[in-house]
Amino acid sequence: MALPSYASPLERAWHYLYLVICGLIFFFLIAPIVVIIPLSFNAEPFFTFTPAMRSLDPDGFSLRWYQSLLTFGMQNPDSEGWAFWSDAWANAHWIKAAKNSVIIGFFATLVATVLGTLAALGLSRPEMPYRRAIMAILISPMIVPLIITATGMFFFYSNPCELLNLIGLQPQCGRLAGTYLGVILAHATLGIPFVIITVTATLVGFDQSLNRAAASLGASPRVTFFRVTMPLILPGVIAGALFAFVTSFDEVVAVLFIAAPEQQTIPRQMWNGIREQISPAILAVATLLVIFSIALLTTVELLRRRSERIRGLTPQ
Amino acid sequence: MANVALDPHAAIATTASGVGAALTTADGKPLARALARSQRRARRRAFFLVLPLLAFILITFVIPIGQMLQRSFYNDGFSRNMPEVSAWFASTERGTDPDEAAWAALAADLTAAAEARTIGMVGTRINYDLSGARSLFTSTGRSLRGGLEPPYREALLEINEGWDNPMLWSVMREASRPYTANFYLAAVDRTRDEDGRIQQVDERQQVYVMLFMRTFWLSLLITGLTFLLGFPIAHLLATLPMRKSNLLMILVLLPFWTSLLVRTTSWMVLLQQQGVVNDVLVWLGVIGNDQRLQMIYNQTGTIIAMTHILLPFMVLPLYSVMRTINPSYVRAARSLGATSWTAFRRIYFPQTLPGLGAGALLVFILAVGYYITPALVGGSSGQLISNMIAMHMTSTLNWSMAAALAALLLASVLVLYWLYDRLVGIDNLKLG
Repeated sequence: MALPSYASPLERAWHYLYLVICGLIFFFLIAPIVVIIPLSFNAEPFFTFTPAMRSLDPDGFSLRWYQSLLTFGMQNPDSEGWAFWSDAWANAHWIKAAKNSVIIGFFATLVATVLGTLAALGLSRPEMPYRRAIMAILISPMIVPLIITATGMFFFYSNPCELLNLIGLQPQCGRLAGTYLGVILAHATLGIPFVIITVTATLVGFDQSLNRAAASLGASPRVTFFRVTMPLILPGVIAGALFAFVTSFDEVVAVLFIAAPEQQTIPRQMWNGIREQISPAILAVATLLVIFSIALLTTVELLRRRSERIRGLTPQ
Repeated sequence: MANVALDPHAAIATTASGVGAALTTADGKPLARALARSQRRARRRAFFLVLPLLAFILITFVIPIGQMLQRSFYNDGFSRNMPEVSAWFASTERGTDPDEAAWAALAADLTAAAEARTIGMVGTRINYDLSGARSLFTSTGRSLRGGLEPPYREALLEINEGWDNPMLWSVMREASRPYTANFYLAAVDRTRDEDGRIQQVDERQQVYVMLFMRTFWLSLLITGLTFLLGFPIAHLLATLPMRKSNLLMILVLLPFWTSLLVRTTSWMVLLQQQGVVNDVLVWLGVIGNDQRLQMIYNQTGTIIAMTHILLPFMVLPLYSVMRTINPSYVRAARSLGATSWTAFRRIYFPQTLPGLGAGALLVFILAVGYYITPALVGGSSGQLISNMIAMHMTSTLNWSMAAALAALLLASVLVLYWLYDRLVGIDNLKLG
């Protein structure tokens, strides 16, 4: 934004002040995320820059917190080579949590993306009945406070058949609480709004005459979907899937309410770590997660540009 | 071919006689009916695409929440396990002193409940309204093993004098009906006295109204702060050339994509008394080393961390509206003699209102239900209503109370959500 040539000195001063204020706000946004990265290499168990760190003395930095992440929960942290890594893979708490987070996130994303994309296709058709009301219901898991969702899920997943008992059926079914399936379904529910929002946004710019053209050339609806529609909306679908995955990967309240210790995920492990005794090891996890989110952000940004390009929308 | 009926445009055939005759399709059906049929089919197809997800959300989300809310006005913890005394309550007027029949029913129910090991559950239910009742029930249960001999009143009073408390009988009468509004009364700091009249609870025990007020006040404050911080940078992003603004946008989007727990953790680390912010302030000489500020585990911590976390939700809608504002309006105002402040206030700002409304509503809705951040950085003065719901769910186990608080919170969120849909439209919700 350039100043117009007719600006008065006062306006110029105000303009530069405005730029400084904006700089400070950007600093407020980004500083808390950046500052934990060097702090995670602290050689001392403090949450501040030690004199050694401030003078850039190599002794002030160490990887000890990353090492403690890896060895936490291992049976024999002093072993070497192959034995060390297989022990870490099998027993280290954070690795177990990471495995759980990835498994739960993957399946929750799968459910949310498949169901969400289908529904978004239906919702984008002009002839969809009760569009507004249905859309409001499908988006509501994002709006309803998580604690309320988690509480409702706690009762439902503890006894999923209670509902059928009310209408007179007496089926046998176990608990969903404390199972992987339960957590996956809960996370899928929470991820669905993001898939709906991103895919319907992509479909707004979708030219329906392409589908008609495919049909007029003899393609069946299935072939039309996979060969024409899908490639065009794929960037939106992937972006939605990434949103759903991040939602699951970052979710802690539902996990606290319905998961058993076997389904320990990274956020829950962090939650426990923060509540009990916060140590710089938490900062090491946080640093790894920040790097992960930078990778995700880059992917989404690239997808968005690709989507705009193939739909012929150029950024103005 | 099915296509003929499907696409009436392709198959319109007017009859040879032409004028006055109804239009028909190629196979001779009236066009209007064929069109209606094909539209019905198209509606059904669209609906079937949405149906699986709608069913999924109804089963895993809407019905569970409904079931949970049912607990706010239905609690059969007493009536199910104490059937005889509940029947006595049902057959007598409020305020009736317990006669020997009542004592006999109570003794029979207590004996049965002690044998079925449900007496703790009953005691817990009464304990919600009368503290100390749980131990009365369980201790009586332990001394009941051999059964009781009439007269029952004397027999029970011999075990524990507490049974002669009129307040206890009044509370038991309330609890004997499974459908009750008492949890909602408690959620607004009201209770019933011995005669069933509604009155305010003791001043020292009034927590919920204060917590609701605090939740709304803090959410409003946080919404205001995100507006103050978000408006300038959204404006800068919207007026910079695309290349530069895309780069700066990363600074907004990175926090948005970063784990909530990571952001909360960083604020815990930064705001500690021995943390970076206090260190910098001491180093700058703003405060002395012995005057380090307490910025965390109180309201300040909640406000700072939540403002930071919710700021992107304000910036993104503001930005997308500001991008579409034509700069020539402001230039026209300036050329007609308006000062830059007048041009901003009268021309530019009103055009940003749709984005401002969308951002403010979204931030407020999210802030009202926040749980994790206040739980970690809020201390005791920064707790919100969500934290109280969690406390009733996990530590006091008064699930009906949690459900009543959740119902009130949910109702306010749904009103705001409805407002959002009316003013902004859910379709315009954008991410990133």
